[in-house]
Amino acid sequence: MHKGKGMKFVGDSRITAERKPNIPKDYSEYPGRTEAFWPNFLLKEWLVGAVFLVGFLCLTAAHPAPLEGIADPTTAGYIPLPDWYFLFLYQFLKYEFASGPYFVIGAIIAPGLAFGGLLLAPFLDNRPGRKVSQRPIAVSLMLLGMASVFWLTYEAAEHVDWEQRAEENTPELPTEVEIDEDHPGYEVYQNNSCIQCHGESLEGGAAAPPLTDIDHTVDEIKDIAQNGIGDMPPGQFEGTDEELQQLAEFIVEVNESGE
Amino acid sequence: MLQKLYDWVDERVDITPLWRDIADHEVPEHVNPAHHFSAFVYCFGGLTFFVTVIQILSGMFLTMYYVPDIENAWRSVYYLQTEVAHGQIVRGMHHWGASVVIVMLFLHTLRVFFQGAYKKPRELNWMVGVLLFFIMLGLGLTGYLLPWDNKAYFATQVTLEIAEKVPFIGEATKTLMAGDPNIVGAQTLTRFFAIHVFFLPAALFALMAVHFILIRKQGISGPL
Repeated sequence: MHKGKGMKFVGDSRITAERKPNIPKDYSEYPGRTEAFWPNFLLKEWLVGAVFLVGFLCLTAAHPAPLEGIADPTTAGYIPLPDWYFLFLYQFLKYEFASGPYFVIGAIIAPGLAFGGLLLAPFLDNRPGRKVSQRPIAVSLMLLGMASVFWLTYEAAEHVDWEQRAEENTPELPTEVEIDEDHPGYEVYQNNSCIQCHGESLEGGAAAPPLTDIDHTVDEIKDIAQNGIGDMPPGQFEGTDEELQQLAEFIVEVNESGE
Repeated sequence: MLQKLYDWVDERVDITPLWRDIADHEVPEHVNPAHHFSAFVYCFGGLTFFVTVIQILSGMFLTMYYVPDIENAWRSVYYLQTEVAHGQIVRGMHHWGASVVIVMLFLHTLRVFFQGAYKKPRELNWMVGVLLFFIMLGLGLTGYLLPWDNKAYFATQVTLEIAEKVPFIGEATKTLMAGDPNIVGAQTLTRFFAIHVFFLPAALFALMAVHFILIRKQGISGPL
């Protein structure tokens, strides 16, 4: 670097006025078959990157990112699972020696030792030899750690029926229907036994499905109200034909309002 | 024309040394898969960076639609997934990228470990790398909650329960993360969003810069 007297600067800045030519260095005399990064090696990297990206995009196109139903704290019996790279920890905390009174061992001491050891590896394995054969302790500890992580992940994932989980938790946009309680059909709905099983807002209940989100026609609904369907017995409707018509139209209208 | 533009900038800012640092360095024979195919193990660090860039870009596009509140978070993701043109692809890239980046980081860590490349003088860079790994795991953990579906909600509840049981600092940690000692809700979602989108990426960028500057300064470790 040029120093001392005779230095010239651009204006009053600290940029030196002396221009260096931007010609790549010549690496041909370096030991080994060295290659310049720019542009030779970068082009090859670019190609590998492009192939990788195509593969990655194929993955995303073939398997859309999963989405379950909207979070509902009242969902009973939902078994939580972390993302796959936390499964090993999740499984570890299930064991007796790592949970309950030994929680501190399972959640803090054991992972702390493992990850702390990883962080401080250069100081624990501080002799100059780099070859695997020259550092048996470090390498065998790492192999042991890897084996346990793989095994714990396998143990955690093995019992999970992923397809069933996905099926039970398909995302459904909660439909918001307007219930017009002044509709003559709603009065019919109230006065007959419909409301007892299908609920005040047609939301369904333990004994009957919701009446929202169905695609029956007016005539089909009239038929079901009189003759039943599935677990619903016949003869539930006890009104006039006119009331039956009002009821069926009301239910269809509610369903149309939700679309 | 381009040369003139370069010279104009170079005269004022002296960018040639910077350019040299970024692009003008030799690639030694032992890391070049063109000469030794087994040198492909040196790709994993670069691929980690590549996937990280994918994560940053796809994440930026996701925030154009995502709404971090409990009423709309799930709906915005559902809308993105079903209605927005290519929304499914962008979310898919972010979702799968989160897994691929962990795999690549793992392979990169193994390469460095089994080659003993963390030994003197590269101890500091190894530690920065392990911290980067932790930050990636943190990004995965916080990002898991954001779609606000059942999976996200219940897994986060378990995470917070684990955090709570840590002696001395547990309850404070849980309150800090969830925004409330008992409720997993609106505050939790906004905090996880802020951590996922601002705090952790800031730490990630800073550490990545240190990681790369150290590589450039020290050079890649020699052949075994």
